[in-house]
This record gives sequence, structure tokens and C-alpha cells, in this order.
Amino acid sequence: MFQVRIHGRGGQGVVTAAELLAQSAFDEKRFAQAFPSFGSERTGAPVVAFCRIADAEIRVREPIMFPDAIIIQDSTLLKQIDVFAGLVTDGYALINSTRSFEELGISDLAHSHSRFITVPATAMAMEYLGRPVPNAVLLGAFAALTKIVSLHSVTDAINEKFKPKIAASNCAAATAAYEFVLAKVATHA
Amino acid sequence: MLRQVEGSKAVADSVAACRPQVICAYPISPQTHIVEGLSRLVKDGTLENCEFINVESEFAAMSVAIGASATGARVYTATASQGLLYMVEAVYNASGLGLPIVMTVANRAIGAPINIWNDHSDSMSQRDSGWIQIYAETNQEAADLHVQAFKIAEELSLPVMVCMDGFILTHAYERVDVPEQADVDKFLPPFQPRQIMDPNNPVSIGAMVGPEAFTEVKYISHMKNKLALDVIPHVAADFQGIFGRSSGGLIRGYKLDGAKTVVIALGSVLGTIKDVVDEMVGADFAIGVLGIIAFRPFPTEAVRAALSKAQRVVVLEKAFQVGIGGIVIENVRESLRGTDTKDYTLIAGLGGRPITKQSLREYLVRACQDDVDDLTFLDLDTELVDREILREAGV
Amino acid sequence: MTSSPIKFYQVGSFAVGNRLLAADDRSIQSDPNRTNALTSGHRACQGCGEALGARYALDAAMRATNEKLIAVNATGCLEVFSTPYPESSWRIPWLHSLFGNAPAVATGVAAALKAQGKSDIRVVAQGGDGATVDIGFGVLSGMFERNDDVLYICYDNEAYMNTGVQRSGATPPAARTATTQAVGENPGNVFGQGKNLPRIAMAHEIPFVATATVADLRDLEAKVTKAMSFRGARYIHVLVPCPLGWGSESCDTIKIARLATQSGLFPVFEAEHGEVVASTRIRQRVDVEEYLKLQVRYSHLFVPARRDDVINDLQAVADKNIRRYNLLRDESESI
Repeated sequence: MFQVRIHGRGGQGVVTAAELLAQSAFDEKRFAQAFPSFGSERTGAPVVAFCRIADAEIRVREPIMFPDAIIIQDSTLLKQIDVFAGLVTDGYALINSTRSFEELGISDLAHSHSRFITVPATAMAMEYLGRPVPNAVLLGAFAALTKIVSLHSVTDAINEKFKPKIAASNCAAATAAYEFVLAKVATHA
Repeated sequence: MLRQVEGSKAVADSVAACRPQVICAYPISPQTHIVEGLSRLVKDGTLENCEFINVESEFAAMSVAIGASATGARVYTATASQGLLYMVEAVYNASGLGLPIVMTVANRAIGAPINIWNDHSDSMSQRDSGWIQIYAETNQEAADLHVQAFKIAEELSLPVMVCMDGFILTHAYERVDVPEQADVDKFLPPFQPRQIMDPNNPVSIGAMVGPEAFTEVKYISHMKNKLALDVIPHVAADFQGIFGRSSGGLIRGYKLDGAKTVVIALGSVLGTIKDVVDEMVGADFAIGVLGIIAFRPFPTEAVRAALSKAQRVVVLEKAFQVGIGGIVIENVRESLRGTDTKDYTLIAGLGGRPITKQSLREYLVRACQDDVDDLTFLDLDTELVDREILREAGV
Repeated sequence: MTSSPIKFYQVGSFAVGNRLLAADDRSIQSDPNRTNALTSGHRACQGCGEALGARYALDAAMRATNEKLIAVNATGCLEVFSTPYPESSWRIPWLHSLFGNAPAVATGVAAALKAQGKSDIRVVAQGGDGATVDIGFGVLSGMFERNDDVLYICYDNEAYMNTGVQRSGATPPAARTATTQAVGENPGNVFGQGKNLPRIAMAHEIPFVATATVADLRDLEAKVTKAMSFRGARYIHVLVPCPLGWGSESCDTIKIARLATQSGLFPVFEAEHGEVVASTRIRQRVDVEEYLKLQVRYSHLFVPARRDDVINDLQAVADKNIRRYNLLRDESESI
């Protein structure tokens, strides 16, 4: 089972991100379970969403305590919440930021885990969508970083969920992020 | 059709496929996505011949349901927690009048203190209301149980509460084979009311019954509820015949063969329990799981048979009798009457506190060695409790 | 008319030239000794109209009662964002019981005060539109009928916001909510009579009824202050835009409230014992479209195609209000 925890703020599409990831896995004929940490409506509040992916029925319901991967949609959360809590030793972390690990204050953490990466997802979202909603971008990046789902599945999921015009721009953004991460990983290899 | 879908949406689509004619609901977390989904299906014309009524309270919701059901319409509503309590007078009225209303209870804790997260205190508080209560373990089962619920309700002319864990199931996005219209039409014939408000054949519904006959009315309701013990399994069997999967029924065992310890629970926590039990391998732990799907009427005989070889049972409950202990355990004890089987109650998940595999495993390991108290509150913060007690004592 | 005689239109309702006014004419918010009944740290969304309205209303009530006030709150956004355990933003006695019983609970508080000879302590009950016009309607009517000594303030954001923007009895015609979606032949909320709580309150002939919005906060303060000069049941209905639920920019909350009044969709008036005694003239009338187009909950009236039929029906609602309350009268006319 592969467990992903997504951190962000209300209004940034964190729950949608978890659902798209689950949908991508479903499209690849796998089992997936996505759910948010629950609460009442409020824009801007920290939210967490979870996604489990496996090849057999997923029965467990607890929140993800030991994620294999973490996606951080809003790097201001790094100061507020222990977003990396429980991350497994060779776990992945995908952070929406233009800053370096040093500037984010996580260089120790990033270097003890070899699979941390930052992506300027908000800027890419502005470029492709005209709105600072980085969720689809980060999913494209996630696919490239972890290979848990393919880019094709991610774009399929986007097309299933959104209306054509919005889907198209989100797919373009996700694809661009995918390529960005592939390139970044290649230069660091 | 197999879909990756939010639990609430799967339920909304399944309910729509049952062709309800009146849907009346008042929004309350965490049931909102179900009624929003249904309102959309009515508004965009997918669900035809259905009146969707935005009522002004839960009391109104159940009252509208009563009026509609008594007039021959297939009716659906949904609520949770505070909302269920707000409609209690009408809840008893519906069962007393024998109206086959189907209602989802998106299980949520009852305040004060106000809490929107999952536990079973709401539906448990209505266990004596005369409604049939069935609990879904997964969203697949939640979708399926709603379809079965209409059939059970209409066969018995009794209302049915389909309980699904709020947020944990309602807001979980997972794989569900959502029942298709054609299959549901095969399974569920149009509603044939036992009696109906009809100018061509007038009846009076809701008369006053005095001491001379009240006991008999209640006894008949008692008998009908016991009849549900036969109806529920055969509806599940009919369901399997058409949909090809086992869903619903009275109870469901897991690794009961040779189990010396049996963990009993209702609802979604069964999934977590099974994962923990699978990890507890070895002769020390001959441990199995018994899921109770139909809680009302309580399947005393079926549970007795399932527990016949158990040395001990652990009943995990998401509600309790304040000042006393568990609720389900008392029904289980009825099934254990005359045996030496030990029993332990574990109150867990109150107000949505996550039930973690780690905590559960630690407890079960000790329980298998009879090294737990009769009554335990899982993950209780004893320091916080002690501090509070001192504070209240003015220390 | 209960309001400051000096209006500083050029700079809007924020800056009211406090330095230039006599102390009594200044906004209570300009007083460093104000209560801050709803203090900072609450969890409201950016641009929340209700947080703004509640702060002004409660500080005015505290000033008017010499800080002898108990507040009763219904379940809803205000209650949820102001009291996230273990914190509370309230600096006054504050009681939350259930969603549908705030008026009745307030009745109980007032009765207890009376029985103990403490009637100098006053009671405010508050809730959103859902709590007021729907689930709490019965007990509110009871409170009115008995003329219990409670000021009830309704913060109307026109839907059940805290549970995810579902329709309430106060949801205006054609508005999109999660249970009146923009699909089908008649997208959005149905065109009905609506439930006009201020007029229903007036029908109970209670001492004081008023409407207000967060576009004119001085007016809100003044009305709360005036309400406290009466004994018996009083009702104030405040329009509070909700950026999340209305789909508007968080910086437009006050602007949208003003457009609601200037279009005539939300008439601002006061009534005593069942009769309108004053109303606020519309200074610069706007078509309802100016108001609607700033809110995504009405976007289906413009895209994919304009629904002039619906827009005209909404304009008719505004026109009726204008006629009913004579909102386009000359400055010289009284009501």
C-alpha cells in the first residue's frame, strides 16, 4: 500500500487533489481510498487530505500516520504544522515553493530523505490556469516524482472531473509540472 | 457501475435508483453531500416524478416524510446527530404508524459539547424507537444497504435507518459498484402501501389507543421487528441473486473458525479491526472478527451461534451508556447467556477520535491475555481527566 | 431617523471624521475603551460580513447597557468560528445551546434575571438566517408573542453557510446553493414569497424591528443602541455578505452590502409596534444587475446566456421594495 498525505489550506483544492489521485489509481485498475481531515467550511484554514493506493481492497480507516509521500500545497504551513510527521525513511516530499530547502528551513530533513523536491506550482498554475490553484500541477509533479500513477492517468482523471476548458488547462499545467520534475530529478541524479 | 466515488454520492445515486417520490431533508454535517447530490438529480431531471422539499428543520423533515409515506409515496430522508434528536417525536411516530420510510443516519456524535465528527451515539439513542437499524461497513455496503432498505421497509411496513459513519464513510472517496437502474428495478418493485390516504377508500391513521389495546399494538410491533430477522437475510439473498455480491444480512464473520477471541463491532471500524487482526498471527492470538450489520432487531441467535466457540469477546463500541458502560455489549451478553465466555467492552472513537491500528493492537494483545479491564476507553488522556477533576474540586 | 446627522459620503462609512465629531457621535469602534466583545483570534474567513456585523453590534450593545449584557448564540458560523475549543473570542458572557433554540434560551436567561431582580442585565440573542427563519422560527415567534425582554439579531447571509452553503428560507430567488443548484430549466433557488422575517416580526407588533447592513455600520450601531432603549422583544435583521457562499471577493463585502441597499433588494428601515417609522432613502439607485454580477451564486444568470427573464423578476422585487418603503423619495420627505 502506498500512502500519501496532502497538506494545504481551505480553497486550494487539497481534497480535490486527493480525489484526483485516487481516480488516477482507479483508472489504472487499482484500489484507492481518499478522504479529508474533516471540519466545517472555512477558506484559508489548514486542511489535510489522505490517499491510499493498493492492489487489494483497502480496509483500514485511520488517518495516515506514516505516509510514503507528502505533498505540501502551501509552504506557509511549514511554520504552523509538523507536516512531515511520520514520513517514512525513504519517503517522498513534494513542496510547492520557489525557495530552496535552506530558505524553507528544512535542509536537514531534505538531506536525510533523498526524495524531497520543490516545484513552483503556484507560478505554473498562474501561467496555465490564471488562478493560484496548484493542485493539478502538483499531481503532475507527483506522478513524475513517485511513478505511483502515470501522467496519463492523472490527465484522464482531470478530464473526468472538470469541464473541458478547465480540464484542458489543468492537464497542460500537470504535464508541464511532470516534465519539470523529470528534468529536475535527472539533473540531480 | 464500478466508479471511484464519494460515499455520499454513491448513496445519493443508489437512493435515486430506488425511484423515491418524495425526498425531504434538512442539511446537517456530515449528511449534506447526500442530499445535495439528490437535489441535483431532481433539479436536472435525472430523477423524475420526485418532489424534493427543502424543509426548515429535521422535525419538519420527518413530518413531511410521514405525510408523504401515508399517502403512498416512497420516501427518503437523511440526518445525523442533533438532527436525529430534533425529530425524535416524529421518529417514534413513523414507526408507530408503520410507515416504510428509509432514512440515512450519517453517524455523528451528540452534543453538548457540539461535535461534528463520527460516533454512534445518535443512532444508538434511537435503538428502542421501533426502527430497523442496519450499519454499513464500507461505502459499497452503504450503497447496497439503501437499496435493500426500501425492500425491507416495504415488506414489513416498518421504517429503516441505514447507518453509515459520518465523514469516515460519507466523505471517503473509494471504489463502489453503484447499483444500476435496471438492476434496481428488477430487485425493487413499486411501493405497494399497506394502507394509504385515498379518497376512494378512506382510512383514519393516527387514532388514540388506550390501555385496552396499547399493549397489543406494541406487542405486534415487537413481533414484526422479530420478523425482520427473517426478512433481512432473504432480502440480502435476493440482492445477491441480482447484483452478484454479498452485502447486508444480519452479521458477517471474519476468521471465526478456531477463534478464541472475537472482536465485535459495527460499521467502518471493522475494516481497521480486520487489518489489525491479520497482523496478529501466531497461536497466542486465535482472533477473529464479528461484524454486526443488523443491530435492530438484534440477531441474538445468529450471534450466539457465531460466538459458540469463543472464550472471550471484545466489543468495540462508538457510544456508551453514561455511568454504566457499553450498549452493544448488553445485547451480546444476551447471546452469551449460559456460557462462560468472558466479555470486555472497549469504548473507542467517540467524537471522531481516530481508532488507530497501533492503539487497537496494543489493547487486543492484552485482551487476548485477559489483561484488560472490563470497561476501557481507548486512548483516554488520563492526565487531562485528572487535571480537570482537580480543577472542578477547586484544588 | 436613528442615525448620525452627519454623513461623510466622500470617504465612505469607515472614516466618519471621528476627530471632528462630538464623542457621542463617534463610532463605538473608535473608542479605545470599547469592549471588543468579539475580539481578535477568531477563525472567520477573510471578508466575513458576519464577523464584522457582530463585532459592531455587540460593542454597541455593551455600550448601551453599561456592559451589563449576556449573549445567547445559535449554532452556525459565528458560534463555530468564535469558539474553537479551547479558545473563545468572546469577552462577554456567552451561551451556546442548540441550532434551533437560541430565542427560547434567551427567554430563559431573561426570565432568570428577572426572577433574581437583575433586570438591569440585558439579553441579546443572535443567529444566522438558518437558525432564525427556519429551525428557530417557532421559538422566535413565541419570544415575540410573549414580548420577552430580548433583542434578537439575525445575521443574514442567505444560506446555511457553515454546513456547506445549502438553501435556507432566507435564500433569495434564483441564488445558487448546494441544494438549489444552477442546473435544469430553473437554475438556482425557486421564486417564492421568500420569508421576510422583519415583516413577520412587525406582524407580532413588538416594540422595535429594524434592518441594517454592514455597508452602514454606524447605522447598525445606532439601531442596536436604540433597541436597547426599549424593553420587550426586539428584532434586528442584518445583511452580511459571505464571500465563500456568495462567490464574491473578500474585499467586496461592504460594497456588495451597499449595492443590495442601493438597488432596493434589501430595504433598510425601522418599525415600532408594527408600523414603519423610518426608512433609509436610496441615494444612488442601481439596477439589480450591478449587485448580481459581483456574485458567483448568480453567475448562471449571465453565462452561458443572459437570463433577462430572471433578472427582470429580481428587478421587480427591488422595485416593489422601493415602492413599499418609498425609498426614492426626496430628501425632504420623511418616510
